[in-house]
Amino acid sequence: MLLLSGLKKHFPIRGGLFGATVATVRAVDGVSFAVRKGETLGIVGESGCGKSTTARLLMRLMDPDAGRMVFDGEGVGQDAQTGGITLKEYRRQVQMVFQDSYASLNPRLPIEESIAFAPKVHGVAPSEARARAHELLAAVGLAPATFARRYPHELSGGQRQRVNIARALALQPRLILLDEPVSALDKSVEAQVLNLLVDLKAKFGLTYVFISHDLNVVQYISDRVLVMYLGQVVEQGPVEAIYERPAHPYTRALLASRPSMDPESRRTEPPLTGDPPNPINPPSGCRFRTRCPFAEGICAEREPVHSDLGAGHEAACHMAEPGSGHSQAGRLAA
Amino acid sequence: MSEVLERPMTPIATAKPLVKVRDLSVRFVSRDSTMHAVNGVDLDLAAGEVLCILGESGSGKSVTLRALMKLLPKTARVLGQIEVAGRDVQAMNERQLQDFRGSDVAMIFQEPMTALDPVFTIGQQIAETVVRHEGVSRAAGMARALELLELVQIPSAKRRLAAYPHELSGGLRQRAMIAVALACKPKLLLADEPTTALDATVQIQVLLLLRKLQEQLGMGVIFVTHDLGVAGEIADRVAVMYAGRVVEEGPVGAMMRGPLHPYPRGLLGATVHGGMRGQRLTTIPGAPPSLETLPTACSFAPRCAEAEPACLAGVPAPRSPVPGRSARCIRVADAS
Repeated sequence: MLLLSGLKKHFPIRGGLFGATVATVRAVDGVSFAVRKGETLGIVGESGCGKSTTARLLMRLMDPDAGRMVFDGEGVGQDAQTGGITLKEYRRQVQMVFQDSYASLNPRLPIEESIAFAPKVHGVAPSEARARAHELLAAVGLAPATFARRYPHELSGGQRQRVNIARALALQPRLILLDEPVSALDKSVEAQVLNLLVDLKAKFGLTYVFISHDLNVVQYISDRVLVMYLGQVVEQGPVEAIYERPAHPYTRALLASRPSMDPESRRTEPPLTGDPPNPINPPSGCRFRTRCPFAEGICAEREPVHSDLGAGHEAACHMAEPGSGHSQAGRLAA
Repeated sequence: MSEVLERPMTPIATAKPLVKVRDLSVRFVSRDSTMHAVNGVDLDLAAGEVLCILGESGSGKSVTLRALMKLLPKTARVLGQIEVAGRDVQAMNERQLQDFRGSDVAMIFQEPMTALDPVFTIGQQIAETVVRHEGVSRAAGMARALELLELVQIPSAKRRLAAYPHELSGGLRQRAMIAVALACKPKLLLADEPTTALDATVQIQVLLLLRKLQEQLGMGVIFVTHDLGVAGEIADRVAVMYAGRVVEEGPVGAMMRGPLHPYPRGLLGATVHGGMRGQRLTTIPGAPPSLETLPTACSFAPRCAEAEPACLAGVPAPRSPVPGRSARCIRVADAS
């Protein structure tokens, strides 16, 4: 449905006397993946791994420095003559829900107006847009009679996030990008919103890209999972493969870092030491090698390629690539 | 590790408690409304024990923690008895509080960037605390600062002494804040969601570090969190708060295996963990009550599936089915 290839976004850091570029943050550095129709693709990673930049690129809130995006076989952002889809039309098909439910709603508009705003921009008559807003409010579990005229500050966090979801649905999009939609919510409310997302997906036949740092939530909701580290995809595959047979040492460490919930099986040693390095000067070769317990000479010399582990599961690690020069090369190969 | 678990779970009776809170209530009074943030909390903490206060936003957990150090703003009306290390916190004046904070009790916060002073180096901030409380020279203070940075496992500690907070990563900053808090070997460490803002791989490092330091230094720790998993990693005992009251209290293992009160039971059911794929999540309907009026019945009754008319008759008193555990629910059997 949506194909991304070789997506890059570098942010220059200016400094010095004449504002010369002194360094570059490689926020997203060569990311390629596909979103299939009807699936939920989870993207996980720590802060600074580029998951939110990827979301903004996906939504075209910023332009990539390199790479191509193809939506339903049409290049995004090109005009129709060259076989493309315009940004306005693309954004009708792809909508986004942000983490901060308050900052993403206009505080001066009643929520029904916020929801009806985008359809009006796209040429729907105001009365019809408002009627549709009421339907959507009902669909996300907020009674229109009670809530339609309320302002964002009169709602709780969970209710506001429902409004954001309703607004994202207003243009009848096919793909919804959810950037940490439940991270700011309390646990009991988080479960309500996750249930709602599952229901809406079935009801409207949606496709989700779900970005989160919470591994348990991603496991719950995703069909396929993408693991990012320092601006690159290190592993991707079906959710069962990633959680039961993680191949990349980073994915394994990330999964092992989850608190256990069981006081009887507490860990004694952390799976990883140190913080993720700065994306301004990422390590050469494999970017994870500075924290990787299996790092060898080859890892500093050559960037690992994505090796196929079967059934759509792939990892960018020298250990997964037969003949890579790593002493444990091919150990993980399919 | 097993030592932690085999330690007797109710050492309160034998040792003199480090913290004793009785009937604590905190109200925030403004011109047009009164918020009943904390409504009658009793807490006990033995020396060397880790208590987790678990609750959602607005449950009063952070307010309770701040009251222990008398850090609440002037608009707060604090009632009840608070005793820390044998001293009556409520009765202390500003000067006594200055001595008390830092040497008896220290606190670490969720956001180290706002808790640390951006214009002083890490070394200066630790040394300042040591010099202020122990009256040693600046050089001795700096030497202590270096030791402390090594204690909290900051790599190349010597170089980091001269670093400003913005030059450190999130995990290192949190470690530096722990070093400041531990500078004068407090008997009690208060931690307000110190790992919430950290990444998963860093969070587990900081949790394990805190547990190790706690065992090494024999501190009592009160750890506020909303994350059941974090409580499972660090707590000896857990107190679950809802609408300004402790609704359940007990050893962490027993609580995780079988909560007594319907609220923590709902919370456990609503927490997503592995192996729940495809299942519908159980949720707690509704939202926590507004605390503008003092709850006169069980505050959880409106959201509780098991509520009955008797629940609305009055605030349920804590009931204890087994020694060391208690819950404020009328459906819990009372053995005592």
